[in-house]
Amino acid sequence: MKLRWSALLQWETLLVFLLVATFLMGSSIAESFLTGTNLSLATADLMEKGIMALGLTLVIIAGEIDLSVASVAGLSSAILGWLVDRGAPLGAAIAAALLAGALCGLFNGLLVARVGLPSLVVTLGTLALFRGLAFVVLGDRAVSEFPLGFTEFGFNNVPGTLIPWPAVVFTVLAVLAFLVLHRSWIGRQIYAIGNNAEAARFSGVDVDRIKIGLFVTSGMLAALAGVVFTARFASARPDNLLGFELDVVTAVLLGGVSIFGGRGTLIGVVLGLFLIGALRNSLGLADVGAEEQSIVIGTLLIVSVMGTNALRGMQERAARRRPAAPIEGGGRS
Amino acid sequence: MTKRIWLLAGVILVLALGLVACGDDDDESANTGGDQAAEDGGSSEPPNIAFLPKAINNPYFDVAAAGAEQAANDLGGEFKQVGPSEASAPEQVPFINTLTQQGVDAIAVSANDPNALVPALKRAMDSGVTVVTYDSDVAPEGRQLFINQATADAIAQVQVKLISEQIGSAGGEIAILSAASTATNQNAWIATMKEELKKPEYSKLKLVKIAYGDDDDQKSFQETNGLLQAYPNLKGIISPTTVGIAAAARALASKNSDVKLTGLGTPNQMREFVKNGTVESFALWDPGQLGELAYYAAAALVAGDIKGDPGETFTAGDLGEYTIEDDRSVVLGPPTEFTKENIDDFDF
Repeated sequence: MKLRWSALLQWETLLVFLLVATFLMGSSIAESFLTGTNLSLATADLMEKGIMALGLTLVIIAGEIDLSVASVAGLSSAILGWLVDRGAPLGAAIAAALLAGALCGLFNGLLVARVGLPSLVVTLGTLALFRGLAFVVLGDRAVSEFPLGFTEFGFNNVPGTLIPWPAVVFTVLAVLAFLVLHRSWIGRQIYAIGNNAEAARFSGVDVDRIKIGLFVTSGMLAALAGVVFTARFASARPDNLLGFELDVVTAVLLGGVSIFGGRGTLIGVVLGLFLIGALRNSLGLADVGAEEQSIVIGTLLIVSVMGTNALRGMQERAARRRPAAPIEGGGRS
Repeated sequence: MTKRIWLLAGVILVLALGLVACGDDDDESANTGGDQAAEDGGSSEPPNIAFLPKAINNPYFDVAAAGAEQAANDLGGEFKQVGPSEASAPEQVPFINTLTQQGVDAIAVSANDPNALVPALKRAMDSGVTVVTYDSDVAPEGRQLFINQATADAIAQVQVKLISEQIGSAGGEIAILSAASTATNQNAWIATMKEELKKPEYSKLKLVKIAYGDDDDQKSFQETNGLLQAYPNLKGIISPTTVGIAAAARALASKNSDVKLTGLGTPNQMREFVKNGTVESFALWDPGQLGELAYYAAAALVAGDIKGDPGETFTAGDLGEYTIEDDRSVVLGPPTEFTKENIDDFDF
């Protein structure tokens, strides 16, 4: 308990420091960076990635990975567009899109937990597979006729504030994910699985069921991200959110979640997410192209994995020197 | 531990690949042109206008950008072009937001979707940014002015005129090699061509077949060969699509056929066929002039010289004077005709 909080504090302190530094950099290179409307727009731009990162955080802490999130979101957008185009009621179309996301997650989860394939390979395959399905569903076209209320939700702020509606959705989900991960027995089992799946199994944790459940959750959240994205751009296209997995995985790992599972916190992930958003936004305002931005984000991904590993190594060496201190712990609460 | 290292290596590899793919569709270039005129705070401050094409690194839009930059130089204004590297409406929206935040005076956009950009463009206009569209329009509430490259009538008329000139007064059978059978633009032009062919001066031209090459080079090539076999008396082909005309020219050249060919093509595609005599003339609007006109129109709106209302006029440098049409658009003019004589003046 003690060690977990101190470890969290160290990495998160660094993230807060980096976030402040990015804000200072942003406001120095573009005077419009620190304005309400810009921060509001930048936040809205980040929410799909954030929603996907919530599910992915749980999956990675359990020692697996889901690279298919952006493709699931694209498929969800395509299904939503296809149904609305055929005159389906909006509510039913959204439900169908979310159900499709859950089924995608179930497919990933069964292949990983029941068949026993590595999740890296499975979800790399479904990254291509689900994106392909999105093109089958909608073809190479876009649907942009949606009910006004839907697109206003995507585009408008909470009345009287600068808070975009999608940010409200993200906040609610982030709180839920926090409670599940850090305050419930499910969260304790997730950490146990990520630390040592065999040991967890022998302690009576239904490892397979939890893993399948996590992939289903990740799939549903990704589908929801696809719905939010469709609302924000009033445009359902099979190539929506293409390539978003880079930012999502980076946000999670930058947030201090160990790629090997068993460690990490949701607060760190949210900080990592906003760090990436602030970086991309300030670079964009400085006319740095998205391609060059990706160089920064990709470097950040690798550095963050090295950084968390180095930090952990130091902590473990320190713990070994003081055998009295409990070295166990990662994220147990 | 070894297993973990491999896992780590695998994840990094996959994301590196993703990064490449991602970079591919997020690419953006910015180039600043025009005089970086000092801000004098006066009302006649030079305009700062940004162009957002469907996609960058596209020769067509690069030529349009060069034209816009020319106009910026003439006016002492600023110009830059930003945009996604793949034509996708959602990828254009962040650019609109960024440009709005940067406080540019005007955005000229070629829209990938008539509706998806409208909310962002409305917000830009609410913040005082002038919005014009060029090449590809959005719904009217999303812009102040549309700079139209050419009307459907003018595009259809020039192609019928060119094929008639090439075949000569004897006339004969002609065919059309179109894009996909569902292509909106091409179908509108073909409908107008059919009307045009009813005119007395074209009475000796007989349209025998409309073939569809689906804007696919191979298919267009095969369809051309099919036309030549099925209609041995064929005198001419009109291909109102840049993919089709290039493939048809190659098919005719490979058979040394004397069937005439015209349509819509770009000078760079068609240069060798014009020089070796396969094609005498073809048409297209000049994207450079389109970019130039878009810059002048946006600058006139920024300066308050026009409000975008029908009937207003403004001068676009050496392009001359333009009048705003009823649908709040400006038409560049009749398409440019390219022949052996002038083709080397164009590079796009």
